[in-house]
Amino acid sequence: MGYKAQFRVWRGDDESGELRDYVIEVNEGEVVLDIIHRLQATQAPDLAVRWNCKAGKCGSCSAEINGKPRLMCMTRMSTFTEDEVITVTPMRTFPVVRDLVTDVSFNYTKAREVQSFTPPPDLKPGEYRMQQVDVERSQEFRKCIECFLCQNTCHVIRDHEENKEAFSGPRFLMRVAELEMHPLDTADRRDAAQDEHGLGYCNITKCCTEVCPEHIKITDNALIPMKERVAGRRYDPVVWLGNKLFRRSSKKS
Amino acid sequence: MTQVERHTYDVVVIGAGGAGLRAAIEARQRGLRTAVVCKSLFGKAHTVMAEGGVAASMGNVNSNDNWQVHFRDTMRGGKFLNNWRMAELHAREAPDRVWELETYGALFDRTKDGRISQRNFGGHEYPRLAHVGDRTGLELIRTLQQKIVSLQQEDHKETGDYEAKIKVFQECTVTDLLKDGDRIAGAFGYWRESGRFILFEAPAVVLATGGIGKSFKVTSNSWEYTGDGHALALRAGATLINMEFIQFHPTGMVWPPSVKGILVTEGVRGDGGVLRNSDGKRFMFDYIPEVFKDKYADNEEEADRWYTDPDNNRRTPDLLPRDEVARAINSEVKAGRGSPHGGVFLDISSRMPAEEIRRRLPSMHHQFKELADVDITAEPMEVGPTCHYVMGGVEVDPDTAAAKVPGLFAAGEVAGGMHGSNRLGGNSLSDLLVFGRRAGMGAADYVDSLAERPAVAQSDVDAAAEKAVRPFDPQGDGVEENPYTLHSELQQSMNDLVGIIRKADEIRQALEKIEEIKSRVPNIAVEGHRQFNPGWHLAIDLYNMILVSECVAKAALLREESRGGHTRDDHPSMNATWRNKLLVCSTDGTDVSVVEQPQIPMRQELFELFEIGELEKYYTDEELAAHPGRNA
Ligand SMILES: Cc1cc2nc3c(=O)[nH]c(=O)nc-3n(C[C@H](O)[C@H](O)[C@H](O)COP(=O)(O)OP(=O)(O)OC[C@H]3O[C@@H](n4cnc5c(N)ncnc54)[C@H](O)[C@@H]3O)c2cc1C
Ligand code: SF4
Ligand code: SF4
Ligand code: FES
Repeated sequence: MGYKAQFRVWRGDDESGELRDYVIEVNEGEVVLDIIHRLQATQAPDLAVRWNCKAGKCGSCSAEINGKPRLMCMTRMSTFTEDEVITVTPMRTFPVVRDLVTDVSFNYTKAREVQSFTPPPDLKPGEYRMQQVDVERSQEFRKCIECFLCQNTCHVIRDHEENKEAFSGPRFLMRVAELEMHPLDTADRRDAAQDEHGLGYCNITKCCTEVCPEHIKITDNALIPMKERVAGRRYDPVVWLGNKLFRRSSKKS
Repeated sequence: MTQVERHTYDVVVIGAGGAGLRAAIEARQRGLRTAVVCKSLFGKAHTVMAEGGVAASMGNVNSNDNWQVHFRDTMRGGKFLNNWRMAELHAREAPDRVWELETYGALFDRTKDGRISQRNFGGHEYPRLAHVGDRTGLELIRTLQQKIVSLQQEDHKETGDYEAKIKVFQECTVTDLLKDGDRIAGAFGYWRESGRFILFEAPAVVLATGGIGKSFKVTSNSWEYTGDGHALALRAGATLINMEFIQFHPTGMVWPPSVKGILVTEGVRGDGGVLRNSDGKRFMFDYIPEVFKDKYADNEEEADRWYTDPDNNRRTPDLLPRDEVARAINSEVKAGRGSPHGGVFLDISSRMPAEEIRRRLPSMHHQFKELADVDITAEPMEVGPTCHYVMGGVEVDPDTAAAKVPGLFAAGEVAGGMHGSNRLGGNSLSDLLVFGRRAGMGAADYVDSLAERPAVAQSDVDAAAEKAVRPFDPQGDGVEENPYTLHSELQQSMNDLVGIIRKADEIRQALEKIEEIKSRVPNIAVEGHRQFNPGWHLAIDLYNMILVSECVAKAALLREESRGGHTRDDHPSMNATWRNKLLVCSTDGTDVSVVEQPQIPMRQELFELFEIGELEKYYTDEELAAHPGRNA
């Protein structure tokens, strides 16, 4: 049942750090987060780590395990062999605060830049009517637990600090798509997706989808359809004309 | 003088779960400058874990539902010990609070005619829980979070600053409330990341800090649930009520050991899942208490018919209130009819097609697959009781959420009274919305009424800072203590001695253990420095857990009856003379004292919503004299 595993955990802050080796007990059924907690309780009381639910629901415990972006609480020890060295490092795309904790404020900044849900002004609470089939598309995206693993993985920002300004990342492009597909949202979000959130940077590699612990089809169901909508708007002369007319008439009134 | 970062606000909300965010929205909409402080990242509070749904009598699935029925169910569930005014406000206002969420952007599951769908849950007479699959809490917290963002966008448009009127201080822990005379003057805490101190000067503080589950070993609660708000209120001079009532959810995971306690939503049973013992028998039919006999089916055929024809059949006893189910499971395991890992079986796989299970219970499917290697569409789950929710909390005024200390408000799990001795599933999320809003209003009215703002005394700030860093330089003369060790001793003792079944001598043992732990606290020593140091954080949280555990144990010892979330092996039945007695906890700084206090009798028109026959099971003859059924 129990055995001793070899762990290498990144220890340090935003200035310096190192991979430190630990030998630590592992019991049946445990996940990586359990082992990190055992390290805290027995060998490294000041090892910094974020976690809350321990059930894959809150998206706090994101890290890179043997280089793969994962939730520590959902990574079972049984997926490794007993003699494997398990390396745990913080998410690479965000600045380290300490040990496994990173500064994820980039994501909160981007969240704030997405125009909020904009319901029809005259629709009263209690009068909302939507069909299940119509809400399901946005519901898939609302499963997001904001673990930011997709943000961490996307190559547009992973090794390109300079793109962070212009690119909101898969999580928040998906938020734009979610609102765009909300049956009662009245805002047109296509220009913003392209111009403010950098949809054009995405070249649909699907790396974000691969790491999503909620198995949301970010690329196929959010990003590609969003790109199609943007393309439709930009190149469809009818839409273009309608837009012009609408803008003009709304200016007059 | 201590180095502290200072901020001035009108209202400081401690907690960013459903209750805190709803309170903050209200305070900001009333024009007040509002701070929200939370220990985790914004959007990660415990509310995110709620699964089953939010209870509101919208009547979308069964039009017979209304607030009176919801009120009755809530009082029944709490065994008539609830603060009836809170239960009334809650039942009346919950539908509006849920509909309001749709205007913030929430997307609940729908009925065929496009309205919000509602599901069955334990103790609720009609399908009443608005839900999104089994991730309702995530929807709720994300929606409120996004509403706060939308308010910040409005402020940005107006002032150029997103944080002009409402700012979230995340990963920041409050350790003390500060007062000016008898009134609240502010809150003191530290940034978890840097360990630096922070002071909020504010005339009003709303506590929305959630529960206390981390004082118990087997729990569905996260590290945040260390009873901070309960302890902050006590130390500031406020009172706690009903602390003996702790809800042990009947269905937590029991295997593997590292996930023991993690919740299996009641939605599994609401949607058709049934409990079985090792003989394959649906044992709940043997555990229907006298008071519930006419509401619950006594045979499998009727119980199964109820899912499709609830008007003509009684409901399945698998959906009895949680305390009943938890005790039943406990008895089955004790009688040797448990599952291999010490629980019982929860079977959904034989009850509906795999596809439907995956659609209705996606996160349960995922959770068991990933954490236990169990495919719930093909085999039963193993489940057992887990410490889940504390009914007890800060004693508040129902309408304004005001605590005994002027300027202090409390809402959500940290507040007491609403749920009486036992909370119904789904009634917490609605509680957060109803009383979160009311706390925001209460705080706003209070601030508006003030002639002058209270001031924080520097000496109080220095004292709070000195207390916080004590674990780096222990003052005790004994051997150094590791906070992790003390914590696990406390958890083990509370779990074993003040857990789901209690006895006077065991509770006394627990109290002795608490005294012993208290005497070791001055020796707690932590290593390292103040930057993101979990050992230090735990040392600080431990003060709170010890204080709160003492309240739980002392109140549990005094209440010599069994009711809801308090079961005394040595006093196994409910006693009508205890029904209207509340146990009120307060502290002098070191010890907890508990006194009895009578409950205010229910308003006549609410009293008359119940049949005399039902009330006779709970009330004394004297109390029933005024009921029209008695007069007739
Ligand atoms: C697994 C699970 C499933 C559940 N399912 C349901 C359900 O289906 N329906 C239902 O109605 N209820 C359910 N509940 C109960 C419900 O989720 C909780 O009671 C409710 O979410 C509590 O909300 P809250 O706003 O009071 O506190 P929380 O959401 O817990 O928030 C507490 C906040 O206070 C902050 N805080 C605490 N202490 C401090 C401090 N010292 N300084 C600063 N900040 C602090 C925390 O960081 C956090 O932000 C469930 C509970 C669990 C554990
Ligand atoms: S699909 Fe787009 S958003 Fe996703 S990882 Fe690739 S480039 Fe990034
Ligand atoms: S989309 Fe998936 S990977 Fe990205 S933040 Fe949300 S849950 Fe995490
Ligand atoms: S701890 Fe919540 S997702 Fe891992």
